[in-house]
Order: sequence, then C-alpha cells, then structure tokens
Amino acid sequence: MAQTKNSELIKNPLNLNNPITVQVLGICSALAVTVKLEPAIVMAISVTVVTALANLIISLIRNTIPSRIRIIVQLMVVSFLVILVDQVLKAFMYELDKALSVYIGLIITNCIVMGRLEAFALGNKPLPALLDGIGNGLGYGLILVIVAFVRELFGTGQLYGFQVIPQGFYDFGYENCGFMLNPPMALILIGVVIWIQRSKMKELQEK
Amino acid sequence: MEALNLFIKSIFIDNMIFASFLGMCSYLAVSKTVKTSVGLGLAVVFVLLVTVPVNYLLENFILKANALVEGVDLSFLSFIMFIAVIAAIVQLVEMIVEKFAPALYGQLGIFLPLIAVNCAIMGASLFMQQKAFDNIGYATVYALGSGIGWFIAIVLMAAIREKISYSNVPAPLKGVGIAFIVCGLMAMAFMSFMGIKL
Repeated sequence: MAQTKNSELIKNPLNLNNPITVQVLGICSALAVTVKLEPAIVMAISVTVVTALANLIISLIRNTIPSRIRIIVQLMVVSFLVILVDQVLKAFMYELDKALSVYIGLIITNCIVMGRLEAFALGNKPLPALLDGIGNGLGYGLILVIVAFVRELFGTGQLYGFQVIPQGFYDFGYENCGFMLNPPMALILIGVVIWIQRSKMKELQEK
Repeated sequence: MEALNLFIKSIFIDNMIFASFLGMCSYLAVSKTVKTSVGLGLAVVFVLLVTVPVNYLLENFILKANALVEGVDLSFLSFIMFIAVIAAIVQLVEMIVEKFAPALYGQLGIFLPLIAVNCAIMGASLFMQQKAFDNIGYATVYALGSGIGWFIAIVLMAAIREKISYSNVPAPLKGVGIAFIVCGLMAMAFMSFMGIKL
C-alpha cells in the first residue's frame, strides 16, 4: 500500500496534477528560460533539487516551526539552497549561469517551491515530502522541455545546440520561424499544451 | 531626462510581465475581476517602491565587493539578504497600513502578505543589481516604472477576462488555457513598443 502511494507521489505531478498546467504554479521562470533546450534542462534540474531538498528539510523541522513565522523560515531555507545551486553553476557552468541571469535567483520566489512546502511538506513525513518534491520538480521540467523543444526546433532549427533540420530544407526555401524565440510564443505554447492535456483529460476542464 | 527615459522604458519596453514574465503566478490567479486586480496592482507598486531603494542601499554599501571591508566580497549573500529585506518590509508595510489606513488595508486584504513571494518584487531587486544604476534616484524611478507596468498589465488582463467569461470558449481551453493565450496576444501587442529608441 505504502509502495503504491509513494510511486503516485512521483507520477501524479507529471500528468494529472502537473505543477504548471494544473496547479498553475511557477510560470514565471518556465516561460523565460525556454528559448533553448540547454538552459531549460539546467533550470529543471535546479528546481527539482531545490524543491526536493527544501521539502525534506522543512518536513524534518515542521514540528518546531511556529506557524506565524513559517513563511520567513521557509524563505530562508529555500534561499540557502538556491545560493548553493547558484554557486555550483557559477563554478562549473559560468556561461549558462550568465544566460539564466536573474532566473536562478528567482527560484526562491518560485511558487512551486513555496506551494509544495505549504501544501505538502508542512503536514507530511520526510520521505513522502522528498518524493513529492522530486515529482513536482520533474513535472515542471517536463513542461519546460516540451516548450523548449518546440521553440528551439522551429526557432533556430537546432536541438540542444546541434543542427537537426538539414541544409536541404533551407535550399528548398524553408525558413526558421524567428517569432518562436520571442516571449509571446512561450505563453501561447503553454496555452496549447494546456489545451491538448485538457482535451485528453475531461476531468481537468473548468466549468 | 534620462530618468524619464528609464521610467517609460521600464513601463512599456521592459514590461515586467510581457518581456520578462515576472509575477505571472499571482497575475494569472488574481486577474479574474478588475476590482481585485487594482488592489493587487497598487500593493505591488507600493512594495516595489519601498524594497528596491532599500535593496539598492544594501547592495552598494554592504554586499558589493570592497563596500563594507576592503577585500571582502559578500555578493554571494545577495539572494538571502534581498528576500529577508522583502519579507521584513512586507510585514512592516502590512502593520503600518493596518494601523494608519484601515480602509486601504481592507481593500488589499490577503494580497499584502502574498506579495513577499511575488517574483516581480524579487525580480526587480535582482534586475536592479544587474543593471547597476548610478544612484538611488534611478533605482527608485525604475521601481516605480516596473510597478506601474505590472499594474497596467494586470488591470488590462482582468478587463479582458471579465469580457471573456461571457464568450463561448472551447471547453478544454476554459480558465487558465485561454488566459495564457490572451496573455500571449497582449505580449505581441507590447512587442511593438520594442522598436522605440529612447
């Protein structure tokens, strides 16, 4: 019984309870880093690490936090983790850290992290909280990768920096859709992802 | 003159929502009616106007390399300091508004505490750090402009969503889906400001 419940904690956020398309949390960074696949993947990993560890830590100390100051305590734990992530990125992937600019710092105020801490970690044991964090981080990453895949493929003809659309296509008059790289397309693509998901799953539709 | 340019630029060209997607979560969650979105918009302008200058001082007199003690660079602490300042100021502002302007407090209600985790507030401080303004005046003007840009965006969005509730939207798109697409179309409209050179 416990086994199935734990696996659901990982699986549900990927689809039925996706943090972006269903809970509508953490949109800000989801839109800004999806121009190319590489930053999107790095961002997804960073958010997963921060959400999972923050969930674990808050769940461990949940009985000692006075509820009036819990937001400040959560913010401190999260910003400590984000500083760690930022320092690691600065040390090993300096160029990428520059490209992600303020959005790494904004993981602190990413609603997914705060939302899961409030909704799950404060009322559950450490292990389920850790799994919930990983699941939600992956669900967030899934949408990021889908959006970044479409934008990079149609916007530049590349995937993860490699040319995938052959030169022959361009000779026939195919052109990259530069508009994909502009901010509005990120919003519209997420709208389309929601559309597809909700037409498959009728129970998610709003009245 | 330069301050005026910065002001207009931060409202329209570098719009918080349409150009850098900051504060989208509360933007989508609260923009259902014009009345509540005006309340949240005002609260955001107000908090930005207080936190960005404070963080500017903090950045320049404590965190920057060689600012506090010669040879010490505390800039790795900026995330934690900024968020602490924001959380503390939001708490203070909440208490002050409750004491001296109960009517406004009633209007802003639950939005004030929520602002501490609004990405737009933290984002403005981080952009302020990145842009390295010359003096505190520019930082304040930038904060005011970004706040007003956010205010305009959320009020426009709420007005459109109020109208949309009467139209016949495909069932899977209802609610959040159509909000994203409307927001995308608005962002396209705001892109037309990008060509303006100031």
